[in-house]
Amino acid sequence: MAPEINIEPFKVDGGAGKESRYLITSPELNMKRLLASGLDKIFQLGPVFRKGERGDLHLPEFTLLEWYRKGADYSDLMKDCELLLKVSAAALYGDTNQIPISTKYLSLKPPFHIITVDDAFKKWAGWSPLESCEPDRFDHDMVTLVEPMLPRDKPVFLIDYPAWQASLARLSPRNKKVAERVELYINGIELANGFSELVDRHEQEERFKHETEKMRRVGRETYPQPCHFFTALDRLDECAGMALGVDRLIMVLTGADKIDEVVAFTPEEC
Amino acid sequence: MYDSSDLRKGLKIVIDDEPYIITDFQFSKPGKGQALYRCKLKNMMTGYTMDRTYRSGDKFEPANLDEVHMQYLYNDAEGYHFMDLNSYEQITLTEEQVGDAKNFLQDNMEVDILFFRGTPISISLPTFVELKVIEAMPGVKGDTATGATKPVTLETGHKIQVPLFIEEGDILKIDTRTGEYVERAKK
Repeated sequence: MAPEINIEPFKVDGGAGKESRYLITSPELNMKRLLASGLDKIFQLGPVFRKGERGDLHLPEFTLLEWYRKGADYSDLMKDCELLLKVSAAALYGDTNQIPISTKYLSLKPPFHIITVDDAFKKWAGWSPLESCEPDRFDHDMVTLVEPMLPRDKPVFLIDYPAWQASLARLSPRNKKVAERVELYINGIELANGFSELVDRHEQEERFKHETEKMRRVGRETYPQPCHFFTALDRLDECAGMALGVDRLIMVLTGADKIDEVVAFTPEEC
Repeated sequence: MYDSSDLRKGLKIVIDDEPYIITDFQFSKPGKGQALYRCKLKNMMTGYTMDRTYRSGDKFEPANLDEVHMQYLYNDAEGYHFMDLNSYEQITLTEEQVGDAKNFLQDNMEVDILFFRGTPISISLPTFVELKVIEAMPGVKGDTATGATKPVTLETGHKIQVPLFIEEGDILKIDTRTGEYVERAKK
């Protein structure tokens, strides 16, 4: 499992005499192992579990669509997203490029907006996260100042996150201050996250060690380093992968305000 | 103690030694970022409202409020006076603390008074009360329009909207949560 300080897994009993296991929070590491073993284009659609995440846009168990392609970078992922949205909306509303959401219309006609994180923060939060590394302030301002101001007439790709935010993304060859990471927002809702994947084993090991150290400092449980994944990185070529919240995709396409409206039963009802 | 993950609408917590109720709650979390617990809070003593954002791992003291059954006596310049029917101890609430409940308070009515750390802070009325109409315009005969209402004055001095057939002297059942007429209790 990838060490991520902001994602907490559900721990489960491994059985008599066995070590504890964890419910999957994301299939990322194992999917990259499959790519390294020779597959070119893969996807997985299934439930993932994240402890403590419950709100209008969050369920502790949700459905994630995750896909990877070899020889691609994050700009290819953006094209994938544009196509996925077009096909999904056409299936529901016909080939209109527009979907009705409450009183206004959202256009899904490509190309979607592309805004860099640095531009968005300078414009709406008044500071540059490329100039100063302030994780707490970054998350707070992202939610309270940036996300509410993102355009809503079309989907938005927010791209090029500060390098200090990268965990599994590669740094941009053009600018080492940013990581090639993209987030898709529709109607202010964060829908998908993707990277040009980091395939440098040494750098990945260093980042995981650093993250594990941060977790230890705040008293979070840490996991053994994922050695199968590290070994696979030796054989992994350039690739890119995206993870998309399927429940939120349905919310966007149906105009639902709460994630509760698009699942059969919420945890409170089980 | 509560943890950030316990926060939800309606939860009562202590901030700076005063009890607050969460009136609105939003969980936010950027995909790879940390969780933010955004709350609108209302001070249960002053009515003052504020916004606060909390993070994972923050701790909160529960605001434990005691409910004491008391009888309403009277009101004067000092405020509204109530008596504990067991100990005969009397307490006073300000008009602000009584709030909208004053519209339905009747002498000798039994109510619940909320205490925070020994200090009375607010009142909780029974869900339904019965009050007499002391002033009503006569309904127009033959007017059968559905949903038509007229204002009447209750014995507390408060005015409410009621159906046209209500007359002076009627006893009305009123829902104190909404302040609305429910039915005619008896003539």
